[in-house]
Amino acid sequence: MKKTMMGNFAASWGAQLSRAQVIAAYPITPQTLIVEKLSEIVADGKLDAEFIKVESEHSAMSACIGASATGARAYTATSAQGLALMHEMLHWAALGRLPIVMANVNRAMAPGWSIWADQNDSLSQRDTGWMQIYASSAQDILDSTMLAYKVSEQVLLPTFISFDAFFLSHTVEVVDMPEQEEIDKFLPPFNPEYKMDVKDPRSFGALTDQQYYYEFRYKMQNAMDEAVDVIKEAGKEYEEITGRRYDLVQPYKCEDADLILVTSGTIAETTNVAVDRLREQGKKVGNLKIRVIRPYPKTDILKTVEGAEKIAVIDRNISNGYHGIFSQELKGALYNETDIPVWGLIAGLGGRDVKVEDIIEMADKTLESDSPQDIRWEGVKR
Amino acid sequence: MKLTIPEEEVMNPGHLACQGCGGALAMRYALKVYGKNSMLTIPACCWAVIDGPFPYTTAGVPLFHTAFETAAVVGSGLRAGLKVQGNEETNVIAWAGDGGTFDIGLQAISGAAERNDDITYIVYDNEAYMNTGIQRSSATPHGAWTTTTPVKHYKKGKKKNIIEIMAAHRIPYTATASIAYPEDLTKKLKKAKETKGFKFLHIFAPCPTGWKSDPKNTIKLAKLAVDTNIFPLYEIIDGLEYTQTKKVKKVKPVKEYTKLQGRFKHLNDEEIQYMQEQTDHNYSILEKKFSD
Repeated sequence: MKKTMMGNFAASWGAQLSRAQVIAAYPITPQTLIVEKLSEIVADGKLDAEFIKVESEHSAMSACIGASATGARAYTATSAQGLALMHEMLHWAALGRLPIVMANVNRAMAPGWSIWADQNDSLSQRDTGWMQIYASSAQDILDSTMLAYKVSEQVLLPTFISFDAFFLSHTVEVVDMPEQEEIDKFLPPFNPEYKMDVKDPRSFGALTDQQYYYEFRYKMQNAMDEAVDVIKEAGKEYEEITGRRYDLVQPYKCEDADLILVTSGTIAETTNVAVDRLREQGKKVGNLKIRVIRPYPKTDILKTVEGAEKIAVIDRNISNGYHGIFSQELKGALYNETDIPVWGLIAGLGGRDVKVEDIIEMADKTLESDSPQDIRWEGVKR
Repeated sequence: MKLTIPEEEVMNPGHLACQGCGGALAMRYALKVYGKNSMLTIPACCWAVIDGPFPYTTAGVPLFHTAFETAAVVGSGLRAGLKVQGNEETNVIAWAGDGGTFDIGLQAISGAAERNDDITYIVYDNEAYMNTGIQRSSATPHGAWTTTTPVKHYKKGKKKNIIEIMAAHRIPYTATASIAYPEDLTKKLKKAKETKGFKFLHIFAPCPTGWKSDPKNTIKLAKLAVDTNIFPLYEIIDGLEYTQTKKVKKVKPVKEYTKLQGRFKHLNDEEIQYMQEQTDHNYSILEKKFSD
């Protein structure tokens, strides 16, 4: 059934279709609509869930951790400062191997106060052990929620789905809603082997000395590695139900491209349009959307860029003191494997609009250039 | 005399507490009353160690270790998780030290109390950050030495009144209790267990390691804290109805309590006198709240 909805509501419906059992959340712009809708859904009895209206994001994640430890499916949503406040508990959820799913609306970190799109919030959580999905459409947000639970509950790692503030959170798009029955078959109830159970008393997260901790991390890495295949399998299974295929990366016209633009979030959708226009001008440009950054899709990326002459990564984020974060990651993946030159482009920080024309200009400049650059500030007022 | 303390032990032998630990004894009583259909969440505190390192556990009930400031809200999460799966019978206990309660955990406690989440929050109060090596907390009393309030700069100022803070939330049940009065303690635990909503128990738990006291004096010190009116025993229903559960007939001087502890050794008579006045003053305020 097709419906029109804002990206935020796609997240709410995703949680409903996934039959989230415990929701704990704290309001932050631009996430609020997600949890307001979920409050209604729970209050109307459309979802059999406990909704804990906590007093902070730190507590939102902590409540999800407690709920998940009992074997309940837990969900929350946040953005920017809220995600940063959760940081300690993000580690706790991942090291505790609790498959919590969260929506994060990508918003710039303050100060100055900004409520607009920027990925520095979620990329600052890169090393917490969470799987990270960057959605580029409302449909992607909805579908990714079910897919995230499917994968998380198999590999026992949490996932968050990030998407751009306003460009996606508050933009109305057409979304195809899957039937609940189909989703129930795709996503059976969560039933972990170990949980907080009075019939089988165990302690979780106890003092772990040098004999054991190292192996916990090793096992997490194995789980992340395994997740690459599990994401692909889940994507295929989901395609059989809905006709929509999801993978770690989404290449567009990359096969014969001389220049591949590497993008994420809503910029990826804009870039597809730019690629079409550039192709009309006879320029062989492709777009590689990175949908999942953890686990990192190194193999898929290498396969896609093979044969390209140039790569330009567009980052709506910056690790000050180094480069754009997707760009760093990509260069790390290519090192020792290929010598394709890479341009790192910074664009759209703090929600500055990145239009089709801007991307065409970025592509043209890169096509004309012979010297790769670590950082090129696109449209900066110096 | 009819004993009210349950015979059954839930806690297993082999815990790692120091000799004379008030906190270990408090847990033993709590689990005796709450029984095996209970689960615990414990943040950073002595009990994060006392229960034993991975893969050991002494508690005898499921235990979720959590971050310092989160015991109350992880308790809320456990409760919600159980409830949505049809389990409303299992008791959820958040168990934390004074640092995790009076200081870093206060926000989450206030949130869970305001929502009246159906959990029991128990603080075993040893009046400093003992697990990290005896640093002062807002539960450290006036006059005490700690490693961050050295003798030349010992703590000057009042201990935070956590019970008044909890009572202000109008939660269904709030109580102080002591390991020196186990019948009173178990009675309060039973009441808390039978009450729906957010329950808060403040258990006074001497710490020989941090108080520089003889381990054999733990019960004696806990008793003296009550008998000097430093730590009166009472309960509060709905945040309003105060009842004294142990009226001290012959109140002992504060000095009898302080002289058994190295942490007060540096204090002169003037300071002890000040502590006595403060204790009397605090008790006179509290006394007015007790119903007959």
